[in-house]
Amino acid sequence: MWERFFSEMTKETLEILRSVAQFLPRLMITLIIVLIGWVIAYVLRYLLRSILRLAKFDRLSEDAGASQFLKKAALPSTTELLSRFVFWVAWIGFILIGVSVLGIVGLQEHIGRFFGFLPRLFAALFVFFFGLLAASFFSRAALLASVNADLPSPRLIAATVRTVIVIFSVSVGFEELGIGEHTILVAFTIVFGALMLGLALAFGLGGRDLARRYLERRFMHEHKEEREDELSPL
Amino acid sequence: MPEETILNDDFLRELMNVGEVDLLVGVPTYNDARTVGQVVQAIRTGLLKYFPRQRAAIINADGGSKDNTQELVRAASISDMHHADNLYALRTLHCISTRYTGTPSSGTALHTIMAASDLLRANACAVISPDSTSITPEWIQTLLQPVVNDVNDWVTPVYRRHKFEGLLIRNLLYPMNRAVYSSRVREPYPTDFAFSGRFASHVAGLDTWSEEAARVGAEMYLTIAAITGKFRIVQTYLGPKSRGEGAPADLVAAMRRSVGTLFWSLDSTFNIWSADLDPEPVVTIGPEHELDPEPLRFNRKRLHDMFARGVGELEPVLRSILSHSTLCQVQQVASSPEGELGYTDELWAHTVYEFAAAYHKSVISRDHIVQALAPLYRGRTYTFLAENRDNSPEALESNVEALCLAFERSKPYLLEMWNGRK
Repeated sequence: MWERFFSEMTKETLEILRSVAQFLPRLMITLIIVLIGWVIAYVLRYLLRSILRLAKFDRLSEDAGASQFLKKAALPSTTELLSRFVFWVAWIGFILIGVSVLGIVGLQEHIGRFFGFLPRLFAALFVFFFGLLAASFFSRAALLASVNADLPSPRLIAATVRTVIVIFSVSVGFEELGIGEHTILVAFTIVFGALMLGLALAFGLGGRDLARRYLERRFMHEHKEEREDELSPL
Repeated sequence: MPEETILNDDFLRELMNVGEVDLLVGVPTYNDARTVGQVVQAIRTGLLKYFPRQRAAIINADGGSKDNTQELVRAASISDMHHADNLYALRTLHCISTRYTGTPSSGTALHTIMAASDLLRANACAVISPDSTSITPEWIQTLLQPVVNDVNDWVTPVYRRHKFEGLLIRNLLYPMNRAVYSSRVREPYPTDFAFSGRFASHVAGLDTWSEEAARVGAEMYLTIAAITGKFRIVQTYLGPKSRGEGAPADLVAAMRRSVGTLFWSLDSTFNIWSADLDPEPVVTIGPEHELDPEPLRFNRKRLHDMFARGVGELEPVLRSILSHSTLCQVQQVASSPEGELGYTDELWAHTVYEFAAAYHKSVISRDHIVQALAPLYRGRTYTFLAENRDNSPEALESNVEALCLAFERSKPYLLEMWNGRK
């Protein structure tokens, strides 16, 4: 009986040793891939940071209002954040490739899904960022135009323009990520519709007199004020 | 746009039929049917009366008018009005109207005229705005003669104006242009001017015509090109200019065409203006300035309100353009009650220079920077109008001179801001 026990033990031990011997090279390859991945991710981070600094990306993001948002959240600058993001995405990608070499059943599918998700993540971030940039640009354009046209409440007009563009870009971004596609779309439709209805009511009822005065001034030439522009600037 | 591509085939054919000319007068138009006939008649009369022995051509560069402007130009050119006055050309006098491609802009129109002048080897050229209804045939002689006789290259006009007309020129364009480029051109944004064939060849070949600022504010761009290219400049007195003629009614549009182009030019000419320039006196034929002191009604309260409101509402925008100390001073001025508002010469010079530096650094959209200057200009205009309301033309001129000196004193500040040390 002892003989049989020892023979089984030896056989199992040999089996384990064989498995370990088979697994060790794979582990080594995984570690090498992870290490090379870290180096590549680090180089990518360095390159991206340099390119973004050269392109004065921080100024662009400040212009978009993203920098103020990050400062409030005690986060680093946009350039730093983006380069760190690229570093982690690249390294995680290499780690997953390394793990897939180990041949652990079930992981392959998750890894494939992760790589499939990356382009959508980038597209969503792109939409968010350029949405913020567009919101900042157009709200400032609206503010300047309203001030120079002497319209009432220029900041309200600018804030409305910004809000509509931000909501629109967020809804497009979430749709791209596949998060609550229908909810976001419906929410956007409701908010946008409500805003337009509110404005229509506000102008139709509340601003009736204002609209009448404006139209009279514009087309009937009544109560025409002297404009400073009548003093020819050139 | 290269010189050869701006002239379309039909126009080129017509120019080749003309051959060479001595004088060329250009009229850039876009929906100017109301006034263009009268202007072309005056040009024709001027050419026949004062230059009958010269080969001449009138070139109309049109932006695609829909009000028969081109037909009116052609009709005016074949009119026999001059026969009634006993005026006959001893040499050829051609009149060509062409529609240039692209969106209507003074830059494309002037580039077309310059390229045509270069091709026809004209010795002297003049450009007359279709809005210049106060034109007389003598304008043609006054503008072209300094080029024909004295080999000058760039002739800018001096008009008799109301003392409160052309406030942007007096409060910003003239002082800044004078301080930066050391050239005392009184009308750096001329609508009627003349130039030599040498200058036309130089300018027609420049590749900066494709840039928006050069297209929009070509008149300003040409003056700066003449100054920085060391061409011989002369000013000539034309007489009265009707109120509002040739000037865009909208202040922001006027600022884009003039101030925007001046700011834009500073980038490419930095090496020239950053050096210590010797002041270049500009010879003036006739009086250097003539002001009409008649009282003029204007709404000062509205100016004050728009300035104060503008500074308040645009605070986040102004914060990204102006330095902290200048912004505080501007806000202090804006908070003053109507009668006490005083936008001083020094503060105005610093404000404009900080805007120019912000434009250079593109801290925000360049067009937004120009737009943001409009409310502050209203504050400065208010101060200028209040100070000079009862002043004689001489006293007003001495105030303009003081402002120019403030701009000149502050030039090192512009350099400091430009290099980003502040």
